[in-house]
Amino acid sequence: MRLSQLLAKDPGGQIMLSVLLVVTLAVPILNLAVPEGDALHVSTYAVTLLGKYLTYALLAVAVDLVWGYLGILSLGHAAFFALGGYGMGMYLMRQIGSRGVYGDPVLPDFMVFLNWKELPWFWWGFDQFWFAMLMVVLIPGLLALVFGWLAFRSRVTGVYLSIITQALTYALMLAFFRNEMGFGGNNGLTDFKDLLGFNLQADGTRIGLFVASALALASGYLACRAVVTSRLGRVAVAIRDAEGRARFIGYRVEHIKLAIFTFSAVLAGIAGALYVPQVGIINPGEFSPLNSIEVVIWVAVGGRATLYGAVLGAVLVNYGKTYLTGAMPDAWLFALGGLFVLVTLFLPRGAAGLLGKGRAV
Amino acid sequence: MGGQVERWQYLNPGKTFAETLNISHETLLYVEGVSVTFDGFRALNDLSFYVDTGELRCVIGPNGAGKTTMMDVITGKTRPDKGMVYFGQTIDLLELDEPAVARAGIGRKFQKPTVFEHHSVLENLELAMAGDKGVFATLFARLSGPQRDRIDEVLGIIGLNELAGREAGALSHGQKQWLEIGMLLMQDPLLLLVDEPVAGMTHQEMDRTAELLRSLAGRHTVVVVEHDMDFVRSIANKVTVLHQGSVLAEGRMEEVQADARVIEVYLGA
Repeated sequence: MRLSQLLAKDPGGQIMLSVLLVVTLAVPILNLAVPEGDALHVSTYAVTLLGKYLTYALLAVAVDLVWGYLGILSLGHAAFFALGGYGMGMYLMRQIGSRGVYGDPVLPDFMVFLNWKELPWFWWGFDQFWFAMLMVVLIPGLLALVFGWLAFRSRVTGVYLSIITQALTYALMLAFFRNEMGFGGNNGLTDFKDLLGFNLQADGTRIGLFVASALALASGYLACRAVVTSRLGRVAVAIRDAEGRARFIGYRVEHIKLAIFTFSAVLAGIAGALYVPQVGIINPGEFSPLNSIEVVIWVAVGGRATLYGAVLGAVLVNYGKTYLTGAMPDAWLFALGGLFVLVTLFLPRGAAGLLGKGRAV
Repeated sequence: MGGQVERWQYLNPGKTFAETLNISHETLLYVEGVSVTFDGFRALNDLSFYVDTGELRCVIGPNGAGKTTMMDVITGKTRPDKGMVYFGQTIDLLELDEPAVARAGIGRKFQKPTVFEHHSVLENLELAMAGDKGVFATLFARLSGPQRDRIDEVLGIIGLNELAGREAGALSHGQKQWLEIGMLLMQDPLLLLVDEPVAGMTHQEMDRTAELLRSLAGRHTVVVVEHDMDFVRSIANKVTVLHQGSVLAEGRMEEVQADARVIEVYLGA
């Protein structure tokens, strides 16, 4: 399918992708070519911050696909994000090699500290980048497949489904907190050195990760557009609006939910994998139920069932978060809660509803 | 799910359920000795009911007589405690779930008009269209010329040509009912189950609906559940009266209306 077809009736998406393109081209130049101290210079800190926002935006797009178009309010999508992040984190841990505090050539520091003698089987292969990336896609995808198969087959819908997605991410958080799980427990995975041989602290690597995040967001966005503009996307909306009717005209509702939910989880996993090298740490806190709820707020603020609204919401809310947690750390959660209430009451279609007349299905 | 039909289908993947249908005995739908109990309440009580091919049948009965439950059993939504339900000679409907029943050639209109409100009239019909409804098939589906013609034809039958691009949520109540019937037609069903098609309609709309349903009989087999006696009188050749989960009387409208028991439980009220 051609690009023009995907974006034909999506002015918001056209604007969003154009802005993304300009930012992606401008930021590296302003960071590398403009000298420090110049008014136009973009600091490496800001590049990394932007890169982080972009991975959040991809996560928000994934949530909008299942919530906005399929009617599944997932309050556990941060779990898929975190799993993707752990996949990347495990690769980065193996890259440290003997440069760790304890200098063990194979075992990450936390395993030496726990007095483990050999690498657990589920860490095998993570020294290979391709294998780690495969797991970044497969693990969240498989979890979504199994979880979704059980939930959708039993016809769990609405608020009950939302609650079990919360339980899923909470259970994973508790599991990952345990040292015996072998993922670094409370501290998670950190102290990363390099990725594919590039020093993670170098400006060039930061720029590379930022550009990769922008590319992932653009591809993920277009892939989701391809889904929602296809007949499958119309069936998804049909299921959201009248599930029984969709069943009675011959659609296997659970198969369609499962396919889209799994695809969305994979996108979330990819977003998590790009997030981790930019923030330099992954720990069980990423599984916190609150994180998943925050994602839903980004989507609501941006405007659900628009996809570009999710991007807008993720960037706006996270910019607000960065600013407020710096200026008034205690006020952030109140601001977030208040924002959600205000949007629900006065802007049911989110910021996208203010901007465009574009039809949100 | 299993059974004869499924196994046979596996060997002949090109065939649809409808092609495997055997209606050599004129009878399209067999409902025999079906009982359904909800929390001690007998919604259906040893119900037996047969519909011939091409027939337009009306089912009437007071509230709680089991009309909607009967439709739920036929379409795979409710499993009966006992009894059997066959579509033609060979298809055991009790082995199928809702999508499979729909693919076998049974279309159902709900009591409350249920269309996809955020889709246009045209998209509603497109989604209902017979064909492969698997995940990948729908992801790559495109409307072909003949399919587009078929949609236009159905738009004509239900009288919504002018409104093809309108969002279904913006239609009037009556128009939604017709659209839903149109969606059933797009499935190319052999049997249409129509639950209260004229509830909440004006007299004019009712007349058009009666005309529509009469025009469908013959090519399709139609079972209509309805409360409105005038409407039933205007369309039905044969009427089945349900009472307390089983058939109380069956026959031509005049015969049924003259039946003393029917007058007592329903018409006399």
